Amino acid sequence: MPLNLLWRGLRPGINRRRWLPDTPALKRRYDVVIIGGGAHGLAAAYYLATRHGVKDIAVIERGWLGGGNTARNTAIIRSNYLTPEGVEFYDLSVKLYRGLARETGINLMYTERGHLTLAHTDAALRTARWRAEVNQHMGVDSRLVYPDEIARLCPQLDLSDRPHLPIMGALYHPPGAIARHDAVAWGYAHGAARAGVEIHQGTEVTGIDVAGGKVQGVKTSRGRIGCDAVIQAVAGSSSRVAALAGFKLPIKTIPLQACVSQPLKPFLDPIIVSSSLHAYVSQSSRGELVMGGAVDPYPLYKQRSSLDFMERLVADILELFPFLGSVRMMRQWAGIADMTPDFSPVMGPTPVEGYYLDAGWGTWGFKASPAAGLTMAELVATGRTPEVIRPFGLDRFSNLRQVGEKAAASVGH
Amino acid sequence: MGGRVGEWAGTAKWFQEMKLITCPLNGPRNASEFICGGPVKAAPPPDAPDRDWADYLFLEDNPAGRVREWWCHLPSSYWFIVERDTLTEEILDTYPADRLVGGAAS
Repeated sequence: MPLNLLWRGLRPGINRRRWLPDTPALKRRYDVVIIGGGAHGLAAAYYLATRHGVKDIAVIERGWLGGGNTARNTAIIRSNYLTPEGVEFYDLSVKLYRGLARETGINLMYTERGHLTLAHTDAALRTARWRAEVNQHMGVDSRLVYPDEIARLCPQLDLSDRPHLPIMGALYHPPGAIARHDAVAWGYAHGAARAGVEIHQGTEVTGIDVAGGKVQGVKTSRGRIGCDAVIQAVAGSSSRVAALAGFKLPIKTIPLQACVSQPLKPFLDPIIVSSSLHAYVSQSSRGELVMGGAVDPYPLYKQRSSLDFMERLVADILELFPFLGSVRMMRQWAGIADMTPDFSPVMGPTPVEGYYLDAGWGTWGFKASPAAGLTMAELVATGRTPEVIRPFGLDRFSNLRQVGEKAAASVGH
Repeated sequence: MGGRVGEWAGTAKWFQEMKLITCPLNGPRNASEFICGGPVKAAPPPDAPDRDWADYLFLEDNPAGRVREWWCHLPSSYWFIVERDTLTEEILDTYPADRLVGGAAS
């Protein structure tokens, strides 16, 4: 070992504290058990511990921290949704994200790039106008732009009449951002652990104890835990875990694929989404083009990639940027997305008392992480559903009060 | 897209990996010719309360494992039944919908 390294290691006062503590022994009881160690579950743990003084918490994770959809999304953050309920909720998330690097002490590389949702048809333009009106009413920076301005914002786009569907306009959302998704999970995990939360990786939930309509505890691969409250935050496995607690969800689980190209010199500043072509692309800070499209055509619990997806996506991207024809693809992957009928999440109380749900995050979960964590923490700490998530309750389906976000939450419409 | 598949057929490994579904009417066809119509489940009686209808329409078993679903071969508008595994992506069986008649659709 080089001497100067040895000297450094032996010096008193050096910070030997690890970023995250080891998984401790499982206690027999906690005040709150959070199932799922992704960005949502860790954010809920963080806000419970730091804002509500609830520190006796176990976060239970089957795999490793942020290894599910937290690691598999394409890291886009925005609040230009369609419904007032959606805009208010996602804008809360944008506001939290802006201060999150400072709050958690980890560099999220949060970068506001601007977000363009291209419209290639009259119908798409009408939806863009509708969203712009709702966004502005709710105080969100969002407006309709036409090809002359699009050419200034993103001169690389093919704005000619060559493509099958020429670009007619776009919804422009300047605060649209990208961030380093893993860091969101790690930042929340670090903050939560520092406040006393226990994080148990490699621990699988095998059953939920319910008696008299109330949650009593959680069975895990490492033993049973008693608790007063459970938050379920397991995107991609929501129906399976809810079934352990004894109820059904309005969810179909469908793979969502994405891919990245080889790294290129920075040339693409804004995030480009095409609602008519079902494709989106942004350039990451290390130069890769991060691309994705709509969910797969049928439900599946398998994180596999398919040629069908890549073929369709590449054809669409080349309609937007024909000069990318010789760029090579580097990686392709999938996450499994819990799709709801109205493209809004399912959050709040459940038929089981003390069992709280944070699910239905389909293809829109990453951007919601801070707001979902904050509101779920408030719900568990106070027992009252925060106003901002009241519209997203599980009961909205039996009451026929859905929050239709399809036009803004999915890339396909 | 039609011409492209032919172009690849002789040379590319990708073509063999593409998923096929055996339609009871048309035989094995490319999976992209089909749409999934959702699980086979019994509808409530017409005079059932709204709540039952809402549950029927929106709540899903969404199982990880064997499912029985309605699928449609789009070019021929032919609806039939597919049994498949949602963990392994295997097609286990396909058959005409009349095999469900007589209480088999539970």
